[in-house]
Amino acid sequence: MNTLSLYLQYIVNGITLGAIYSLIALGYTMVYGILKFINFAHGDILMVGAFSGLLIYQALVGEADPGVWTMLAFFISMLASMAICAVLGVFIERVAYKPLRNANRLAPLLSAIGVSFILSNGAAWIFGTTSRRFPYPFQNDPIHMGGVTITPHQILVIIVSIIMMILLAFFVNKTRMGKAMRATSLDQNTSALMGINVNRVISLTFAIGSALAAVGGMLASFDFRVYPSMGTMTGLKAFVAAVIGGIGNIQGAMIGGVLLGILEAVGAPLLHIPNGMRDTVAFAVLIIILLVRPEGILGKNEREKV
Amino acid sequence: MKLLETKHLTREFGGVIAVNDVDFTVTEGLVTGLIGPNGAGKTTLFNQITGVDKPTSGSIFFNGSEITGFPAWKISRLGIARTFQNIRLYKELTAVENVMMGLHFKVGEDPFRHRFTQALKSYLFATSENKEVYARAMDWLRFFDIDQSAQEFARNLPYGTQRELEIARALAADPKLLFLDEPAAGMNPSETAHLMHVVDKIRGLGVTVVLIEHDMKLVMNICDQITVLNFGMKIADGTPNEIKKDKAVIEAYLGREEE
Repeated sequence: MNTLSLYLQYIVNGITLGAIYSLIALGYTMVYGILKFINFAHGDILMVGAFSGLLIYQALVGEADPGVWTMLAFFISMLASMAICAVLGVFIERVAYKPLRNANRLAPLLSAIGVSFILSNGAAWIFGTTSRRFPYPFQNDPIHMGGVTITPHQILVIIVSIIMMILLAFFVNKTRMGKAMRATSLDQNTSALMGINVNRVISLTFAIGSALAAVGGMLASFDFRVYPSMGTMTGLKAFVAAVIGGIGNIQGAMIGGVLLGILEAVGAPLLHIPNGMRDTVAFAVLIIILLVRPEGILGKNEREKV
Repeated sequence: MKLLETKHLTREFGGVIAVNDVDFTVTEGLVTGLIGPNGAGKTTLFNQITGVDKPTSGSIFFNGSEITGFPAWKISRLGIARTFQNIRLYKELTAVENVMMGLHFKVGEDPFRHRFTQALKSYLFATSENKEVYARAMDWLRFFDIDQSAQEFARNLPYGTQRELEIARALAADPKLLFLDEPAAGMNPSETAHLMHVVDKIRGLGVTVVLIEHDMKLVMNICDQITVLNFGMKIADGTPNEIKKDKAVIEAYLGREEE
């Protein structure tokens, strides 16, 4: 294999990984856009999504061989896990963040970290700490195209991510609820004045963000397996992706995720970073972005008026 | 016809009674002025009615039904719009976009109900909803003679224009009742004159207006009805001519005459 096709391969892998980061980053960025608050429990919601998806999938499929039914069952369990996480996200907001909305800005942040501990330790208590494999719902035989190999699993990740992002873009840009959401992210008080139910917009934001995290969690579990602390590192990297794209900006999260995935997949071999140190790439990128362009790629430069 | 009515409305802050047992009535189609010395409770009364704050006791009726204690978004959805002393615009949007916001979130239309199908329709059949909304927003700016500033960011507009833009946006949402909290505050005389002209035009649209104002000339010229508050209590209401002659009002503004 020549160097060019090798790097092409890394880019393909990076796009797959990045698509997952994007899906998760959207939740961080949407919540930040509206509440100016980082939901640190978001990573653990993706873990809940992966677990519930896996359990529902196993219950539906049993020992069946991959085929049409397993694919169908995969999508059914994805929808179910999205619904579960949406409800969970709204519930967490009501219980852990809403009472603190007018408190010091640090309070909801700490509350989020608390929720994160509850979720990951709760999962460890219920499901144990051994990691589980998410079985492929199809024959995962690699497809060779030119010098590049792509697996059906990667195709699934990319297609599902694209569909989700198109749906989200449609929702945010074309529906009135999406408009209410954008208006609220511009100015909460003024939006309440316009007759927008801000609490409902916030709930909706958490529901959508959490549902996307569930999808991200399920797609990630093919690569990373399913275990109670799986959300920590993936969630953190998705957060980095949101910052790279410009936190609060929806397109930014999409671009940031894919860019981070590619940088990670290409950067590690390029710089001869050993496999165990791969994660440093994401955080090195974060540091560079914060130094060079702290508002992110698509972020606005917010200057305080004096 | 009474469009709005408060009964025994009271708001206490700790030991201070900011609004004390106020019966305030707004008649449909008229311009009602709410006046009183500083600290008389005018803005507090506005805040109770528009849901920014909740009353301690008493009740508020709009269009015949009770709205006491409703949240602000619900009240504006019922058709009560307001402006603030400190202007609340979407500062990072242009003037025309601000008005478009008002048009997008029209009174009576809950964005959480039935809207998805309509949005889907407009998306699939590419009826350029935004072009239409844009045109209507421009009409509103022309109504206020500020269409030449349509593409400016709201934060860069002159003060008087920002105020009128805020009123334009409130009107674009198609309210029945419009509260203006000191619209002329900080305006120069020519801006104030323009504002008077604007309020007159708003009356022509059939929108009922209530304004808090310190500028006596403005109040006496454009209001049909005036209610006077002092120390949280209503001390008078009537036509401008009645108010001009009212002893209690003169005392409140000029102090008691020494015998």
